[in-house]
Amino acid sequence: MSALTYEDVISKYEPVLGLEVHVELNTNSKMFCGCSTIFGAEPNTQTCPVCLALPGALPVVNEKAIESTILIGLALNCSIAAFSRFARKNYFYPDMPKNFQISQYDEPICVNGYVDVEIDTDEGPQSFRIEIERVHMEEDTGKSLHVGGSTGRIHGADYSLLDYNRAGIPLVEIVTKIVPGTGKYAPEVAKAYVAELRDILRALGVSDVKMEQGSLRCDANVSLRLIGSDVLGTRSETKNVNSLRSVERAVRGEMIRHAELLNKGEKVVQETRHFQEDTGLTRSGRSKEQAEDYRYFPEPDLVPVAPDAEWIEKLRASLPERPSLRRKRLQEQWSVPDKEMAAMINADVLNIVEETVLLGADPTKARSWWLGEISRLANEKEVTISELAITAKDVAEIVSLVAQGELTDKLARQVVESVINGEGTPAEVIASRGIKVVNDDGALMAAIEKVCSEQSETADKVRNGHLPAAGALIGAVMKETKGQADAARVRELLLGHLGQAAN
Amino acid sequence: MIKSSAAEMAQSLASGATTSVALTQAHLNRIAEVDEKVHAFLHVDTDGALKQAAEIDASRARGEKLSPLAGVPLALKDVLVQKDVPTTCGSKILEGWRPPYDSTVVSKLKSAGVVILGKTNMDEFAMGSSTENSAYGPTHNPWDLTRIPGGSGGGSSAALAAFEAPLAIGTDTGGSIRQPAAVTGTVGVKPTYGGVSRYGLVAFSSSLDQAGPCARTVLDTALLHEVIAGHDPKDSTSINAPVPQVVAAAKSGDVKGMKIGVVKELNGDGYQAGVRQRFEESLELLAQAGAEIVEVSAPNFEYALAAYYLIAPSECSSNLARFDAMRYGLRVGDTDGASAESVMNMTREVGFGREVKRRILLGTYALSSGYYDAYYGSAQKVRTLITQDFNNAFAKCDVMVSPTCPTTAFKIGEKANDPLAMYLNDIATIPVNMAGIGGMSLPCGVAPEDGLPVGFQIMSPVMQDQRMYSVGAALEAALLSKWGAPLLSQAPSLGGAA
Repeated sequence: MSALTYEDVISKYEPVLGLEVHVELNTNSKMFCGCSTIFGAEPNTQTCPVCLALPGALPVVNEKAIESTILIGLALNCSIAAFSRFARKNYFYPDMPKNFQISQYDEPICVNGYVDVEIDTDEGPQSFRIEIERVHMEEDTGKSLHVGGSTGRIHGADYSLLDYNRAGIPLVEIVTKIVPGTGKYAPEVAKAYVAELRDILRALGVSDVKMEQGSLRCDANVSLRLIGSDVLGTRSETKNVNSLRSVERAVRGEMIRHAELLNKGEKVVQETRHFQEDTGLTRSGRSKEQAEDYRYFPEPDLVPVAPDAEWIEKLRASLPERPSLRRKRLQEQWSVPDKEMAAMINADVLNIVEETVLLGADPTKARSWWLGEISRLANEKEVTISELAITAKDVAEIVSLVAQGELTDKLARQVVESVINGEGTPAEVIASRGIKVVNDDGALMAAIEKVCSEQSETADKVRNGHLPAAGALIGAVMKETKGQADAARVRELLLGHLGQAAN
Repeated sequence: MIKSSAAEMAQSLASGATTSVALTQAHLNRIAEVDEKVHAFLHVDTDGALKQAAEIDASRARGEKLSPLAGVPLALKDVLVQKDVPTTCGSKILEGWRPPYDSTVVSKLKSAGVVILGKTNMDEFAMGSSTENSAYGPTHNPWDLTRIPGGSGGGSSAALAAFEAPLAIGTDTGGSIRQPAAVTGTVGVKPTYGGVSRYGLVAFSSSLDQAGPCARTVLDTALLHEVIAGHDPKDSTSINAPVPQVVAAAKSGDVKGMKIGVVKELNGDGYQAGVRQRFEESLELLAQAGAEIVEVSAPNFEYALAAYYLIAPSECSSNLARFDAMRYGLRVGDTDGASAESVMNMTREVGFGREVKRRILLGTYALSSGYYDAYYGSAQKVRTLITQDFNNAFAKCDVMVSPTCPTTAFKIGEKANDPLAMYLNDIATIPVNMAGIGGMSLPCGVAPEDGLPVGFQIMSPVMQDQRMYSVGAALEAALLSKWGAPLLSQAPSLGGAA
């Protein structure tokens, strides 16, 4: 297929990025009417005269959506316009009821911000600043399902089904300025930027940020220019990029495609392209050479948005800690290795672990419960951790009981499982199940914990599944207990303690 | 009974001298007798009106407290949606559509117990000054059936002048309430923009459209004004402030010490002699009533018409985009294999009339990239200048006045093929819409040369609508004592039992 390698591309060209991210807000009602926004309802059940564009209906702005947008702008270091306006973007499409979209054009609500993202490079971690041009509000369209035909697109379809439930869902569009200077790291920077945005939006609580459900969508603009040139190349805009990994792949793929064209002396066509999840390639969409004329003009049905300064400052004061900074802080405070930290983030347990720690639990213990046993049970039940009937308070209590020698790790696991199975709080489970601490085990556990912390490297090996390393620890425990312990029991307890099933 | 004012009818209802059912039936009978000639109505909701009337009578019999106009019938311009009642906007594209919701104006009318007789004819989507652009045929002026009743709300005004209804609702984007009132010898008021909710008013030009009251007397208009006005959370552009006390103003009619500014630019050349004569006489009557007449100038009014014909079509090109055959109304060419695009194109081709298409094209052009600044952008600047002209003038006077129209009613067909001549008819009414202020037209006599009614326009500052009612009531009283009977008594009989 491609004769050109990525190295060939970056030795000759410098990529320039531009990223447009659409975020569906998680407000209860739509942008301009009171209809519900719940995902997955029966088609055309969440509609009204306004979002169906019946003659005579008028839009009214959802104040919560404005608040969410201002929060986003503030979190992205933007200035909030004292006066901004909605505009009509006019074009005909059957799933857009008014045949214009209410959006913002030359007077957006948030402008001139930035986000710093960090990626690993050959020279170690490196930070890139992504400048934000604007953050603006608009409404989503309905959904079309084109039936028949080979492409799934409107042309060639036998008929189309329209669902207006999504029409009018509040959308926020976050547009970067052009991003030069990322060199060979362009794909990683693009991915890291979207990931950072996703984390920030999640921390703000303004969106579900589910790329696979479309509540976070990224359009990646890519162009190439010869290294050293200051003339921008022609860009393509890749849509339909539905995961973080796809962002990276799409940018890389477009860089190679552009370079191949340019090397052959051909021109890059300015067009919309659609990312193909299976091949990682893009295919041509509509050409933008004859730029569509949207005939923007100020929306006369809405008054300008003029948020007062006091409100903005109140919102600014309510901003949560920036996720990446918070992660750094927690990692330091808890002395967590990078890999474990990544695991916690992936499993989305950072909040609950922090909550458990704030209730007095040891950070390492709290982490290992949530990331280990509890995550395992959640997986088994095919639910998320937050859906389990166990709270930070329960785990903090269990950690404390173990620390006091009232529970062994093994018993503690029993208690955790019972709490998850709905048998009540740890205290209630202990009482009803008559769970008693075996004192001998208590003494053994103290020795095991001492040895494990003294020989933490060896203990980590066992934790990571390297069971032969357990021998050294068992020997040390036998020595610690002056040979009076039952080695088989020691082994069982030790392996249990290190998160490995004893056999 | 049907020739009384709405206030008198309300009194008869309150005193038990008549019932709403009887009153409504009388008007339905009149419609049956004369509307064949006038064609004021597109749809008569006989059953709905009688049912509503019966409910009001029942409420009254139970001793419930009713609002002042409860039980009085009204004609509704077909641009305001009423649940389950056909709403066409005078267009084929909406033929057969029954709205699933009530406009705010209709909700307010219903809760005030005003009986809605039916929907009145209009220029298609309110675009026109003669009602000739209705897809369902023109309305005829009761003063002379060969003449236009004005537009776009010719149906509402003709219904009043033909005694088919004592009250009507119109909408006014560039004069569509005031000009029909002027040429039919009735009263029409465009309230301050934002004074009456636009929710459920099918939009022509959102930043200019305003629904308002129409009647045969200033007081009736004021009574209806207070029923339909007020802040509406469903319309972001509606003003959140108390409704001006227009009924009190209409009842007192006191103009002593008021300064009345005559707009220098809205007179003279191009204005019919009889129109000017009746206007001048009215000024004298107002002076005799204690008002001070001053001259004011509005130099930018001369650009108003040109700017209007950029802004209104621009907004209309976007507002009418929703008529795409997908969700409601007409659908043409939906045969096997036809694409959505071709069905939409054919529907719009067949469903829209010539004037509507002309304005969609104009507006689409004016908003296009590369032309926006020169057209839409400049027009908005003119709009600001016109508002400044009004502000400067209102610093010197309490209300401004002019003839409502340059001429009396013209013949049906006379200007149908000359859009520019038609547009010029609104030259004195358009500035009011551009500035969002209030405007009233009331009859001030018939022109000696043709015996047709002349309208007197009063303009008042934003949310000072009560001022035009004071002046209007004063002039109306002075004219009535001069004439000895309402002007409409001079109109020819249309036959029938009235």
